Amino acid sequence: MTWVNTVVQGILLGGLFALFACGLSLLFGTMRVINLAHGDLAVVAAFLAVEVVPVTHLPAILSFLIVLPIFLALGYAGQRTLIQTALDRGAFTVLLVTFGVSVVIENLLLELYSANSHSINIGSLVSKSIHVNAQISVAYLSLGIFLVAVAVLVGLQYFLSRSSMGRQIRAVADDQEAAQLVGIDYRHVFGVAAAIAFATVALAGLAFGMYSSFAPTSGQGPLIYAFEAVVIGGLGSLWGTLVGGIILGVAQAVGAQIDPSLQILAGNLVFLAVIAFRPEGIFKGRVAA
Amino acid sequence: MTVFHAQLRALSSVSLAVGSGRVHAIIGANGAGKSTLLRSIAGLHRPAEGAVLLGGEDVTRRSPHARVDAGIALVPEGRRLFPSLTVEENILVGRRREAEGTWTAERVYDLFPWMRERRDQQTVQLSGGEQQAVAIGRALAANPRVLLLDELSLGLAPLVVRQIYGLIPELLHSGMAVLLVEQDVGQAVRTASTIQCLLEGRTTLEGRPEEFTPEQIEAAYFGLANPRATE
Repeated sequence: MTWVNTVVQGILLGGLFALFACGLSLLFGTMRVINLAHGDLAVVAAFLAVEVVPVTHLPAILSFLIVLPIFLALGYAGQRTLIQTALDRGAFTVLLVTFGVSVVIENLLLELYSANSHSINIGSLVSKSIHVNAQISVAYLSLGIFLVAVAVLVGLQYFLSRSSMGRQIRAVADDQEAAQLVGIDYRHVFGVAAAIAFATVALAGLAFGMYSSFAPTSGQGPLIYAFEAVVIGGLGSLWGTLVGGIILGVAQAVGAQIDPSLQILAGNLVFLAVIAFRPEGIFKGRVAA
Repeated sequence: MTVFHAQLRALSSVSLAVGSGRVHAIIGANGAGKSTLLRSIAGLHRPAEGAVLLGGEDVTRRSPHARVDAGIALVPEGRRLFPSLTVEENILVGRRREAEGTWTAERVYDLFPWMRERRDQQTVQLSGGEQQAVAIGRALAANPRVLLLDELSLGLAPLVVRQIYGLIPELLHSGMAVLLVEQDVGQAVRTASTIQCLLEGRTTLEGRPEEFTPEQIEAAYFGLANPRATE
């Protein structure tokens, strides 16, 4: 029964990884941008919530009402200025620019908040849980994060496959030049995709900040897990990202159950195994395939 | 219009005009600059000199997507359909203002009746000729005033090519202007109201097809000083 509980906790943890990964997956799938500042942006969202809550007197759980719109705007503006300028100069420039942004964010946060740990205080909710039986208990927060992750991925998949903008995003991802020839302003489409990606990373950052404590340099871990989830699931496939996150979560939980020091190693081993034996990932696909 | 590819002068002072309801065909050997000409008109290359005028309006500085809104649509060489979109999505993806213009998805399906049943298929499941039809439908859905066709016949069976060219009169009927690039000189001569031959980025012949003998066209095509020299 302990193992069943371990797997359940792993699946729920996988939801958080998938939430982290879907913005990364979307940016790579549409514009071949690998955003090395992804994890740091999540940490920025968490710090923003720490600032927003005392000022607005909103319950911490609703801080997304403020943080999400800010990140939507930040995503669109960031794409139309910095990322697009870098894209016009080639893929390697994008990598360097996002790496630079990552360094700048971490140092700014260190300057503002020092290296101390912070957390988003959600009160008693953090410790409440449902006891399924003597061995299995599910924390409200973990379950909530998992459900948000599933809702975001399903919603995003639906948006990409059904809406007119989703159609345009897939067309631009397929063939940027041909998309221009049918009248699509690909820079605007990239901006919208980046806005969505930033919004999902903000949600991931808020979830992360409620789930554990964080410091200015906490973004590196989630960046790695997000990469691993994307690669395990298959580049560009959103369903794959969800499954990849869950596989990674279960691997880490099982590793931790054997020995707490094995948690990260177990996840990395599964990732390496996928790279070695199925480099295209579990689900091979394009955006929304 | 003069266009450079980096240091290479791809087009030198090439000029053309195509009127409503007319077909202007550009012929010439590989590397003559035909595709560059069409791509420059569509806005994918910036000319070093010259201008693109549409109904007297200068669109030279507009981006490719803005030129589609102005009424220029290019069916690119190699079709360039979107593989992750279905047939219908390919046709509709560029249409954001549903009310404007006469070309709806339904009217495209009237032109290519087989498409109606297969609208939900992925385009990779289609034959080359069917893919070309979808590419044309996609361009028509933008309601162009000028339709640019780049190498329609490339890689298609002669019968399929004839069927596709057979549609052009219907397009002209609605007042559209058609500017096409064709390697198949015979097809170009049969279809066009005017032909223009390019050689190494320069115009070597221009006029109504019936004004020229096959020998004259051949000479312009290959750049032979004296047409008789080949005989």
